[in-house]
Amino acid sequence: MEIELSGEQRFLQETVRKFLEQESPLSAVRERAAKGEAPFEPGFWRQAAELGWTAMLIPEEYGGAAGEHPVLDLVIVAEEIGRAIAPGPFLPAAVVIDALLRSGSAEQQQEHLPALADGSVIATWAMGEAPDGWEPAEPATQARPDGDGYLLSGEKAAVEAAEVADLFLVTATTPDGVAQFLVPAGAEGVSVRPLPQYDLGRLFGDVTLTDVRVPASALVGEPGGIGAVLEHQYQLAITLLCAETAGLTEKIFDTTIDYMRNRYAFGRPIGSYQALKHRISDHKLWLEAALGLSTALANALDSEDEHVARLASATKAHVGEQSLKIVSDCSQFTGGIAQTWEHDMHLYLRRATVNRSLYGSPEQHKERLCRLAGL
Amino acid sequence: MSEQESPEAFGARARAWAASNLPRAEGRGIMEVDDEEELRIVASARELQKLIFDAGFAGIRYPTEYGGQGLTREHQLAWREATAGYQLPDVFNVTHGILAPTLLQFGTEDQKSAHLPKILSGQELWVQFLSEPSGGSDLAGLLTRADRDGDTFRLNGSKIWSTGAHFSDYCMVLVRTNMEAPKHRGLSMFMMPIRSPGVTVTPIKLVTGGSHFCQEFFDDVILPASYLIGAENEGWRVASGLLFHERNMVGGNSLNDHVYASGGEDDGDVVGELIAITKAVGRSQDALARQLVGEAIVLEALADPTINRINAQLRAGRMPPPAASIVRLLSGLKGFRLAEIALQIGGTRAVMEGRDDPVGVLGQRWLGARTGTIAGGSVEMQRNGISEHVIGLPREATPDRDVPFSQVLANRRQRG
Repeated sequence: MEIELSGEQRFLQETVRKFLEQESPLSAVRERAAKGEAPFEPGFWRQAAELGWTAMLIPEEYGGAAGEHPVLDLVIVAEEIGRAIAPGPFLPAAVVIDALLRSGSAEQQQEHLPALADGSVIATWAMGEAPDGWEPAEPATQARPDGDGYLLSGEKAAVEAAEVADLFLVTATTPDGVAQFLVPAGAEGVSVRPLPQYDLGRLFGDVTLTDVRVPASALVGEPGGIGAVLEHQYQLAITLLCAETAGLTEKIFDTTIDYMRNRYAFGRPIGSYQALKHRISDHKLWLEAALGLSTALANALDSEDEHVARLASATKAHVGEQSLKIVSDCSQFTGGIAQTWEHDMHLYLRRATVNRSLYGSPEQHKERLCRLAGL
Repeated sequence: MSEQESPEAFGARARAWAASNLPRAEGRGIMEVDDEEELRIVASARELQKLIFDAGFAGIRYPTEYGGQGLTREHQLAWREATAGYQLPDVFNVTHGILAPTLLQFGTEDQKSAHLPKILSGQELWVQFLSEPSGGSDLAGLLTRADRDGDTFRLNGSKIWSTGAHFSDYCMVLVRTNMEAPKHRGLSMFMMPIRSPGVTVTPIKLVTGGSHFCQEFFDDVILPASYLIGAENEGWRVASGLLFHERNMVGGNSLNDHVYASGGEDDGDVVGELIAITKAVGRSQDALARQLVGEAIVLEALADPTINRINAQLRAGRMPPPAASIVRLLSGLKGFRLAEIALQIGGTRAVMEGRDDPVGVLGQRWLGARTGTIAGGSVEMQRNGISEHVIGLPREATPDRDVPFSQVLANRRQRG
């Protein structure tokens, strides 16, 4: 069990933090959103890739730079992304890379991994479906065999970076069971509807597939034989999402403590009032739990622990629910100023709110936990 | 001295010894049994502790000159791992994890050499007498007095909420020795045989009907000055040390050999039990019941990762020692919420059937659930500690801090 960061991991944390402070300050996120621009330029993502954000999961034999604890390394980056409300398709890129590594053919790996690793190609996972369909193994999207290929039809909802993606990894049901396909964004029958920006640092879109013809070589893994791979992708997505959420919550928690020390009412700092101190102490507990769960989940994935599914759902349920409560209460502590557009609080509140739903709500994961426990 | 045995070799030796010497665990904690069985459990724990001591496994991190093994935390963890699943004399945890570390830290050479070997070999159980009927959270506001009379002190007053005083041998008792000093500066810590003349121990019957806590009354108990632990009027320092060891034990970091079960009475398969109950009351398909079961699974799943994270930060010095209060707050809130969830799922049957019914027992546990948010420092005190000493927010205003204790206002006891 790795709890304390190694020297290399601390260095990674520092590097990511500095990079984001320089390349993606909150002022830049705001500015781009105000102009209606995408939250990041391709150049930003290529720079991030150069820093190794994409290569961390890829073993050396495929040209990557995966360390001893690849998921824990990714978690460190995800926490920093959360702290900075940074843009960039970090999570979807990691999930697609994970799928290719675990179930892709040698040709697919050779073709796609280098371009995903250097950031020249943006790929995303088209998994979720409306409304709130976040069970990876049960897509309503259909893939009908057609000649030597497949015809894909269906609607994928809330796909991250859909507008800027070059490549979609689409989950769909075939007569042989669930399967995943690599679909170029430019393929005929693919259309993307950009969604209004709720989280100012990220793009989401709905992807409609209308009789999209793909060759059999677009299949990643065997139809009906990728249950474990899908589950792993899902767990990885939850891990990174929760680490990001825990990171942003820690950042807003620290900022709020600072405010509570320096804001005076009735001649004393508001942080000296027990009514607030007791609430913030509970938040401290649940924040430590969120960070502890993220680390434990990363360790469980790195060590291929058998209870990882349970830990993943417990983490998503806890982080999804408590982080939003903490951020929202920090907004209350900060008072009127935190309700203005100029204050950064809403940037954090927005991301925490979106992350509560993505990849399953706390309620859905509690239900999942019951099924996993045999109830 | 020969070269120290490696933790691995020590663990392997412990494993082999445990397999042929220790009974398998029974599963029932001391909080769940009646008084008679409790005394039987204590008697067999004393024998078991002696057995472990004679085999050279007791007091793993205690110095050898006091009967310990003089080994490291790694050896202690190896022992805990090697003995998982066996019955252990864990009734000694409070003695070995709180009182003996305090004695080791503050006791005189005579006190240590007279008592530590007996403590480690199962002859002496110790307990702390801190809370009083007039107040528990405001520990330094205590009223029990020991008035000096030459080389002895005369003890009068009452203590409450001591766990297992009726089956223990010695106590550490925090008392006031100077009424004119400010509250924290007029306290002293004494050790004392519990069966001293003038001491009356009365078990307290709790709402659940059980009696695991006691109240003690002191009527002119004569204490020799040699029973002082630390200097006269410096008892607050000793008490703070004691409380530090207590938090440390709850966090799994103190000197006690055996694992301390922080969950209290039900450290068994909480989730398994809840699922069985959900099925028993026919609520398997009830969406609300399933949400509650899911919440319980989350609470169980987050405990270890949270405790591990806090402990790692404590060890690395990135959190101050009072951060152990976060762990205590977690166990208080978690235990209470689990009792609440069980009651919600159990429904009417939980309050109609007695403790012999698997659902009825939930209603009984619910009645006792508040113990978990009060005992060992109420959750409110933990929140004060976390906000002030971990997060660093300003302290509460305390009008009694630098005033002679005789001038301090107390419960309907207005002076002046």
